[in-house]
Amino acid sequence: MRIRLLWRERVLIGLLVGSGVLLALLSDVFFTPANLLRATRYAAEIGLVALPMTMIIISRGIDLSVASNMALSAMTMGLLWQRGIPVWPAAALGIAAGTLAGWLNGWVIARVRVPAIVVTLATLAVYRGVATGLSGGTGILGFPDSFLALGAGTVAGVPIQTIIWIAGIAAAAVFLTRTAVGRYIYGIGHNETALRFSGIDVDRIVLGLYTASGFVSALAGMIYAARVGTAKSNAAAGYELTVITAVVLGGTSLAGGEGTIVGTMLGVLIITILQNGLTLARVPAAVQDVLIGTVLVGAVLTYRERAGRKEVFVIAPPQPEPHHAGGRVLTDPGNDLAVGEERRNP
Amino acid sequence: MMMKWGRELTILAALALLAGYLSLTQPNFRDAFTLSTILTNAAYVGVVGIGMTMVIVAGQIDISVGSMLAVCALIAGTLARAGAPMFLVVLASLALGLGMGALNGALIAYLRIPSIIVTLATLTALRGAIVWWTKGYWVMPLPPGWKFLGTTHILGLPLPVWIGWTAVLAAAYVLAHTIIGREVYALGSNPQAARLAGIDTARVTFWVFALSGLLVGLATMLHVTRFSMVQTQEGLGLEFLVITAVVVGGTNIFGGSGTVAGTYLGVLLLTVTSSALTFLGISATWDQAIRGAFILVAVTADIVRTGRWRQPVGWAR
Repeated sequence: MRIRLLWRERVLIGLLVGSGVLLALLSDVFFTPANLLRATRYAAEIGLVALPMTMIIISRGIDLSVASNMALSAMTMGLLWQRGIPVWPAAALGIAAGTLAGWLNGWVIARVRVPAIVVTLATLAVYRGVATGLSGGTGILGFPDSFLALGAGTVAGVPIQTIIWIAGIAAAAVFLTRTAVGRYIYGIGHNETALRFSGIDVDRIVLGLYTASGFVSALAGMIYAARVGTAKSNAAAGYELTVITAVVLGGTSLAGGEGTIVGTMLGVLIITILQNGLTLARVPAAVQDVLIGTVLVGAVLTYRERAGRKEVFVIAPPQPEPHHAGGRVLTDPGNDLAVGEERRNP
Repeated sequence: MMMKWGRELTILAALALLAGYLSLTQPNFRDAFTLSTILTNAAYVGVVGIGMTMVIVAGQIDISVGSMLAVCALIAGTLARAGAPMFLVVLASLALGLGMGALNGALIAYLRIPSIIVTLATLTALRGAIVWWTKGYWVMPLPPGWKFLGTTHILGLPLPVWIGWTAVLAAAYVLAHTIIGREVYALGSNPQAARLAGIDTARVTFWVFALSGLLVGLATMLHVTRFSMVQTQEGLGLEFLVITAVVVGGTNIFGGSGTVAGTYLGVLLLTVTSSALTFLGISATWDQAIRGAFILVAVTADIVRTGRWRQPVGWAR
């Protein structure tokens, strides 16, 4: 199998190498194996959640509730463990809770057809709020070492969560590029109506995507709790923004239909390496945010220049291009027919 | 008429039920102080909500309002401490808000970067700049003239409440009855058609964001002049509260429809719910969960009511 890289993935690799060299010059500690491996512990949490996020954004959806879901499932695990359930069954139940939360997102989006940004904005608050309510505002400490190893242990010198992340990347890349359902996900982002007319159960795929996002977020929540040694309701606050930034930086279009797992992986690496290296170089967090924001805006602008000034709509709905027929402006007739068909066969 | 104001009437009914129940069971709720606190809180959130309603009706989003409010508040506080007269402080806050909003607007309208990315960037960058600049210290003590705006009462209600109502009424008129107001709706319901109809869509988009910034500058003055210090975490999470109010108030999150009156009622409902939690002895830790549930219920009800749930899934259509 020959690995072909897109143009923007080559740009990202250049960006990654460039920032790596720059950071190595700014700080002595940055370019040491110990530091780089340590940086991947944080990168793995962002990177894992970014995998289903990439697929969801390709399908023209979004999941803003991932970080809240991490906190909710970690809190569920912590509370069950505190009440005497052994830590691993408690972790399994925590992951089950997160998967259920993701399924709930998917159910409301696919069956009730509430827009994903509204549903997940609401559950961002609900899941974090339930975690806060359940915890009463206090954290849970003192997990056994066997559990903490998930966040701090290594296998042959490589952090455990990094191995989980690499396995996740491989699985996601194969799924997205080598299976039929993976190709349908791109199709949903491009033209959902066409896919429905081809007899594909779009709702089931969408439901599956958000459920997977819930499962992976919950897993990342366990890793987070094991890394910091605490289950608390404000865990992973703001992670959803870092994840989405990494996915967009990686070249996935918020307008759907476009994006790769390799791009997302590069996006995650660039952002986490910038955060790690700039912190080591004692650059204030504010300046880091500005730098990362600039990189993101610059990247989005570059992609768009390359794509021939194709307009990117994020909130405003992409309207069908009007057909100019004999001086009259008509809206897409195929689209109207599709709406009619839907009405006749509910 | 019933259909047109359906959403506003539903919120009013919910508000009346909640407030009625609270005043019957909790004598403290009928307190003039409680009512005036609720109205004052609703005033500044409502003023930010006016801007957010316009932005969302135009088919965009602005999640940087909380950070902009903090910047305005801190600069205003610093100016006041340096001895600037109060009218200059107010002007500075308005100008600063307008400037930041115009920056958002220029990036979105003329460089055509998606608004969620631009305002996400300004949200983090401005908040980061504040922490860097203040190092987490509060701006205090403030001169005695600082609290003039927030503590003056007219007919028993604080001045911010009156300013807020004026702003809501003015915005409702502009959006419903002026050309520029109708252009905002046209842009939000179909950008292509709006452009073909000769509307300068980039200019409208720019001004909607600039105005949203200006209103944040005004809201800052209504909010912080009630307290004798300015905190660095001022406005944290405000964007979420305001977007919730706008959505609960019946504005279509994808643009094209919505009213300022609905948003103001949404703000009132959220504010009353917040204080209801305190009165009913429910821990404030549940506040966020309840707000989230509000959005979900409001939007789902709306979608089922209007039959829009037959449309394809996704978020950008």
